[in-house]
Amino acid sequence: MSNDTILQVQDLMMQFGGLIAVNGVSLKVDEGEIVSIIGPNGAGKTTVFNCLSGFYQPTSGTVEFMNEAIQALPDFKISLKGMVRTFQHVRLFENMTVIENLLVAQHRHVNTNLLAGLFKTSGYKEAEEQAMHRAKYWLDKVGLTEFANREAGNLAYGQQRRLEIARCMVTEPKLLLLDEPAAGLNPKETKDLDNLIVSLKEDYHVSVLLIEHDMNLVMGISDNIYVINQGTPLASGSPEQIKNNPEVIKAYLGEV
Amino acid sequence: MQANLGHAFFSGLITFILSFPLLGLNLVTGGTSIEIQGAEPETFFYIAAAVGIVFFYQLFRDKLSNLTSAIPRPNFDSGYQSLSQAKKNKVNSWGSALLVMAALIWPFMVSRGSIDLATLVLIYVMLGLGLNIVVGLAGLLDLGYVAFYAVGAYSYALLSLYFGVSFWVALPIAGIMAALFGFLLGFPVLRLRGDYLAIVTLGFGEIIRIFLLNTTSLTGGPNGIGSIDKPTLFGMEFGRRVKEEGNTLFHEVMGISYDSTYKVIFLYILALLLVLFTIFVIRRLVRMPVGRAWEALREDEIACRSLGLNRTAIKLSAFTIGAAFAGFAGCFFAARQGFISPESFTFIESAIILAIVVLGGMGSQAGVILAAIAMTVLPELAREFQEYRMLMFGLMMVLMMVWRPQGLLPSKRPHMELINE
Repeated sequence: MSNDTILQVQDLMMQFGGLIAVNGVSLKVDEGEIVSIIGPNGAGKTTVFNCLSGFYQPTSGTVEFMNEAIQALPDFKISLKGMVRTFQHVRLFENMTVIENLLVAQHRHVNTNLLAGLFKTSGYKEAEEQAMHRAKYWLDKVGLTEFANREAGNLAYGQQRRLEIARCMVTEPKLLLLDEPAAGLNPKETKDLDNLIVSLKEDYHVSVLLIEHDMNLVMGISDNIYVINQGTPLASGSPEQIKNNPEVIKAYLGEV
Repeated sequence: MQANLGHAFFSGLITFILSFPLLGLNLVTGGTSIEIQGAEPETFFYIAAAVGIVFFYQLFRDKLSNLTSAIPRPNFDSGYQSLSQAKKNKVNSWGSALLVMAALIWPFMVSRGSIDLATLVLIYVMLGLGLNIVVGLAGLLDLGYVAFYAVGAYSYALLSLYFGVSFWVALPIAGIMAALFGFLLGFPVLRLRGDYLAIVTLGFGEIIRIFLLNTTSLTGGPNGIGSIDKPTLFGMEFGRRVKEEGNTLFHEVMGISYDSTYKVIFLYILALLLVLFTIFVIRRLVRMPVGRAWEALREDEIACRSLGLNRTAIKLSAFTIGAAFAGFAGCFFAARQGFISPESFTFIESAIILAIVVLGGMGSQAGVILAAIAMTVLPELAREFQEYRMLMFGLMMVLMMVWRPQGLLPSKRPHMELINE
């Protein structure tokens, strides 16, 4: 496995008026790594995600994705470059079918030329078929094939979570940002999610940046962990190091 | 009932306050001064009756709504829903083929006035379908849609007036001009959302109308532009005498005697073809990636952004394409009327087109067609009640929204289906 850096964040700061939500966060994701960000509620983890994915303009600091500064780019361009995110609260297109959710996500792959579509050119049809194929593949992968023609809003919560990940994967990203993917899942579903994320890394060579509160999940799959507390970096290192770091324990459990 | 008493009393009072000064008091000019006189005793009786009706309705509202809920609601799609998808497709395609056939044969059997009215309906169908893209599919509330209709109409009128451009050449130009205006307007305003977008488009609609009204030297201002050339069929004119050098006359070529009905039928069929073209294009569009993206953007804009969809470009495409259809409709309208003035493009037109979309069921093509027929034909049928036309119109809308808030034929968007081999 090569160890090229795919994401390099330096001194990220995000200020909302007088409130500094994120201050001086630096982190690094290498290709094929699963990196986690943990921290107490309100620590600024999701704000970091929003800055990385272009939903917020960071006040200062640099974000380099595949050796290219992206901190000033609009969100959809960052997504097109291959950094795709999920949300803390599932955001599916609820009135569209499961398969359509996956087709919309492939907007970048299909032929969006209006005339090609109106005349159904062969190139257009081919791209549509490929998109359908890719959608089908990922449905199978996350075990939702039997629900393909059902409206996404009618799926069970755990299935919606999986569909959201599949929807990211059909875009063929290089780096996946998962914001609390295990929130609200039962232990079995969490286990499945664990396997899925590891499979994404091993079989599809996707790097993953993860925000999660489920410590079993985080400690089990992460190559590297960053801890943020009150917007500032607290510690970083391997799962072992983090587990034994007194600062981290203090932040989570309070003074003992 | 006790609980309703206060409410009912208040409603009755409001009715009295509103109706008494307006209906019960008359201003009469007596010489140099104006006097206030009471109206006929009959009027006071009506006011009292209205107050009484409002009072008792509010008092017994719960009981009444229980009664009305017992009345079975009209159910338009019984039996059809239980069919399988393949059967449905078959029924649909046969049904549409039959409808088109009927629409083609129909004008040869009815009066000239009916055909004229039907042509008007078709114009509204086209406008409704166009606005349906913007409002129904992309979810952008556009209150100034009539502006693009005006741009299309004036494009043809001006081209015809100053450069003698024929209808067939002007038709695509009018579409492109309207699309261009849609694009130019859309660029700055599509960042706005919901209510703000509605207000800006409303303003734009007025700007276009007032602009046309005031550039008297170019557009004739309130006098409008007259004697616009009618469309020709392969160089054949439908008038009694040839207007333009080089053209022939339809009835002479066909070897039949002159009849002014031919022109009306020709315009009708032309409108029908334009509508069919519109339906075809939109049916394709909703199944295309851009159609899916419109829908997705309406559902969740943030998710779309995270998936790399450029929301400005997608909204702009809906706005532009929608405007283009208004341009086509406008061009046809100018050709049919032969005379246009800014008066045809007031806000009420935008409101009617929007009402067609909402009544028909947002995003539904069949619904829009049905609603366009209802909105155009019913006021014509109610011509005898001249004064009460708008009243009946309003009543109809209220009843519709109470009974079927989702519209006549709510959108059954064609879902993409995964077919397992």
